[in-house]
Amino acid sequence: MNNFTPFSALLGGIIIGLSVVFYFYSTGRLAGISGIFENAITGTSKRLSNLAFLLGLVIGPLIYFNFIASTPVAFNITHSYLLIIPGGFLVGFGTRLGGGCTSGHGICGIGRLSINSIIATGVFVAIGMLTVTILQQFGVYL
Amino acid sequence: MNDKAISLICGIIFGIGLVVSGMTNPEKVIGFLSITHNWDASLIFVMGGAIITAGPFFYFLKNKEFSALGDKINLPAKQNIDKKLIIGSSLFGVGWGLVGLCPGPAISALATFDPITVVFLLSMAAGVLVKKNTIK
Repeated sequence: MNNFTPFSALLGGIIIGLSVVFYFYSTGRLAGISGIFENAITGTSKRLSNLAFLLGLVIGPLIYFNFIASTPVAFNITHSYLLIIPGGFLVGFGTRLGGGCTSGHGICGIGRLSINSIIATGVFVAIGMLTVTILQQFGVYL
Repeated sequence: MNDKAISLICGIIFGIGLVVSGMTNPEKVIGFLSITHNWDASLIFVMGGAIITAGPFFYFLKNKEFSALGDKINLPAKQNIDKKLIIGSSLFGVGWGLVGLCPGPAISALATFDPITVVFLLSMAAGVLVKKNTIK
């Protein structure tokens, strides 16, 4: 297993968990990012609060990059529009049709022991693995 | 503090957690989804860490009617497992596998100032809007 980083992963996960708890305790809302994103762009209720959360998602890493990290943080992403455009579209469409993403179903939903969220998470992880495995057969992501 | 300030602070903490966890790097996520080749299990520790931190609080707060800011709490009602859940999660899985970004890291990735992240987010916004305007 290359590049396995269990300690930073666990620490990051705990920090995310604390944010989820503080957000729920204070506002009564679940920190599902796909839902926050939808509310921020279509603006039904609490639009400015949702925009503020998204702004925080960008400011947090900027604080980390500039004041906390001792080494540059890796960021390696495909630059193929054939992957980026359909990928982005499917993430947006799929998360809203399925009612959640990695945070809404994967963390908040499983944390609340929701059967729907446990199934949704199993489905998107399995299909994500299948997708990457197929792409690897065509020489993408080796 | 008001709702907007709390939301901003929670977003900042969440964003720091994402970057500490390594999940803002699509390569790490692809490594997790690459189950047959050089598998990187780190993502399980991220979700696990978040779930074991938040889970007990959700349990103790589950009967709370009002949030600390005084808003009525409306948790998602129990629903049947339907086609939307399965098809939506499957389509999300395909998109996640194509790029290695889910919504949270996709937004945090703006902090890298890589213009490709804007293309991803615009495509994601299009997906959200098409869903909202076609399916109830």
